[in-house]
Amino acid sequence: MSALAQQLPAGVEIPEIPWAAISPELTLFGAGILVLLLDTAGPRRRTSSVIALAILLGIAALAAIPGGAAPEIVALLVGAGVLQLALTLWLHTRPRLLGAVLTVVALVATIGIAAWQYQAAANGGMVGTESLLADMVAVDGVALFTRFVVAGAGILTVLLGFAYLQDRRIHRGEYYPLLLFTATGMTLLASAADLLMVFLAVEILSLALYVMTGLARRDMASQEGAFKYLLLGAFSSAFLLYGIALVYGATGTTHIATAGVALSDPGTPAGLVFAGIALMLVGFAFKVALVPFHMWTPDVYQGAPTPVTAFMAAATKVAAFAAFLRVFTGGMEQLAWIWVPAVSVLAAITMLVGAALAVVQDDLKRMLGYSAVAHAGYAAIGLVAVSEIGTGATLFYLLAYAIMSLGAFGILTILERRQRKAIAVADLRGLWQSAPSLAVMFALFLLSLAGIPGTVGFIAKFGIVRAAVDAGLVWLAVVLVISSVIAAYFYIRVIVAMFMDDEPAHLADAPVPPASAASTAVSVAAVGVIALGVLPPAVIDLAERAATFAG
Amino acid sequence: MSVPAGYYLILAAALFSIGAVGVLIRRSVIVMFMCVELMLNSVNLTLVTFARIQANLDGQVLAFFVIVVAAAEVVVGLALVVNLFRLRASTDADGVGALRA
Amino acid sequence: MLAEYLPLLLLFAIAVGFVGVSLIVAARLGPWKPGPVKAMAYESGIITSPETEIAGSRFPVKFYLVAMLFIIFDVEAVFLYPWAVVLRDLGWFAVAAMAIFILLLFESYYYVLRKGGLEWD
Repeated sequence: MSALAQQLPAGVEIPEIPWAAISPELTLFGAGILVLLLDTAGPRRRTSSVIALAILLGIAALAAIPGGAAPEIVALLVGAGVLQLALTLWLHTRPRLLGAVLTVVALVATIGIAAWQYQAAANGGMVGTESLLADMVAVDGVALFTRFVVAGAGILTVLLGFAYLQDRRIHRGEYYPLLLFTATGMTLLASAADLLMVFLAVEILSLALYVMTGLARRDMASQEGAFKYLLLGAFSSAFLLYGIALVYGATGTTHIATAGVALSDPGTPAGLVFAGIALMLVGFAFKVALVPFHMWTPDVYQGAPTPVTAFMAAATKVAAFAAFLRVFTGGMEQLAWIWVPAVSVLAAITMLVGAALAVVQDDLKRMLGYSAVAHAGYAAIGLVAVSEIGTGATLFYLLAYAIMSLGAFGILTILERRQRKAIAVADLRGLWQSAPSLAVMFALFLLSLAGIPGTVGFIAKFGIVRAAVDAGLVWLAVVLVISSVIAAYFYIRVIVAMFMDDEPAHLADAPVPPASAASTAVSVAAVGVIALGVLPPAVIDLAERAATFAG
Repeated sequence: MSVPAGYYLILAAALFSIGAVGVLIRRSVIVMFMCVELMLNSVNLTLVTFARIQANLDGQVLAFFVIVVAAAEVVVGLALVVNLFRLRASTDADGVGALRA
Repeated sequence: MLAEYLPLLLLFAIAVGFVGVSLIVAARLGPWKPGPVKAMAYESGIITSPETEIAGSRFPVKFYLVAMLFIIFDVEAVFLYPWAVVLRDLGWFAVAAMAIFILLLFESYYYVLRKGGLEWD
């Protein structure tokens, strides 16, 4: 211990805690804890504990006034207490609904706070592109953008999942806390300015996701998916971590920007630099599912309960790519000559293999899983462009993919409730006759995933191609087009099954269960696909302005 | 009589490789888990060695977090294994669907 | 250089010698009366049941559950060591931070308790 004490720098400083900047994470995490506790307690205890909590929040608000806190924060604390109290008193006999409502409230609050932070950043206010909390967290464009997407995806997931989970009898109380913890990890990952924080955030989101994947305890596929996800996730974390260790060894710091500068110093041992970057690359490639590190994706996507798959596809991808962007494009711009060729090749293989393997799948969830692999390849092109245009294109692509995949998996959620088993392409025959609105929306999402003009998928792909050409990576743009052509085949195949086949499948006879929440979520996604496909400039502009990293 | 720091790094690299190979070639899920743990712990050794060389504490702090995260991962993993075991009474990874695909 | 290892070598030789001598002496001088009770596996005084006797046989799931809970709560204590080192420098800030951390631990403990994770039946 004395040796440890001697190594300490002379004065240990207490970091200033930027409450405002990290309030989205605090909101999500706090809500997660709260929902978990409320679920654990019985109805009577639930009410009394919430009254106690409301009193606590009131005291905190009172204490915050002389503490010099902004009036907004006081109002927020009081508002949270009152809302919480009202909701619990209203819903204390229906714990699942209470959990769902509280989760949505927390996610909406997160969007609100992020919007306020964006406003402040735009006005050059307190939240800018700077590192906070002892340089652990950066609240910059990428972080804010990810917060919006993750929170939005979370809200749609709650709407999609409620009836589905109820039907499969896996609507466990832990679902909502886990969802909130995952969202916490994701937003934290996107704002991590230190490799230590990157590792921690990855683990927070992964650990919660492993459990969510295995939510269906009696379902072998779900258990297998969860276990495989866990094993390969831990495996990839080890690689990421070893990379971080080597970078730390080469530079003496884990701060991304500082380490990036130190790494490009010619005096740094080249072996450590190469090995560190390569190992981190493997770790990130696992997390965003680039071929050949994609093996877990189809199994996990297929095994997880469908709403969880939707959330995984939409939100995890954004968060993982945000960190990938921050560490590589942001932190190691000077070293682009080392990693750009490697990532380019990975992206090219990913696009082709993902699309080719999706063609031969019959299970729709598995097919969309492989298509997710291909889409990771498209998004990675913006990464290797190493430019603000490229980063903006990747961010917009991820937003587009989040909307499309939430919609597509949302439709599958609704269909699975009708059929009570996994959906194969053949099951969709004649869907047009039995449920025209579902068929039309599903077709819309698939066309968007294929990148047909008029949808958000086209605009996003167009942005990626523009970034690739701009960076002189024409061959990657060509590979993207080839991959899209292959991919169009299996998207169109599903659409043909829905509209052209006259002979209706068994599914067509199944009654349509009322699912207003899920239908609403899917409709919102459909509107998003069209709206962003027709009038995208505002959002693209937002994505490009978000393409800034805290130094 | 101190051991050169390079030896620790080589040992850690060897342990990491053993772990990685173990995950890829072993069949029992428990052994695969142990191999992942071996990888994480070799990273810890690397981190602590570098912390010594760099004469700052960041590496040791990171190692603490790795220890805790590794424990959390094991707990989630074992819970899944126990459940899998109850569902199909085997811990053979080959039986677990298309894990090798 | 090598001479510095001499005490270590000596210690090693003494340790091996002591173990060897005690084993030989015990085998030569002690009475040898094997019996079923003596052949039983030693489980800290608990009479072994057929289930736990053979390695690789089934343990009740509760056993794993408690083991896992122990690991996770035990390992969290690792953060107390660095905290204790800097406690004097950081003062009340550190106390508050650790209080929040422990509170969160208690929250998970409460969850486990309420979910019946610590009940044997």
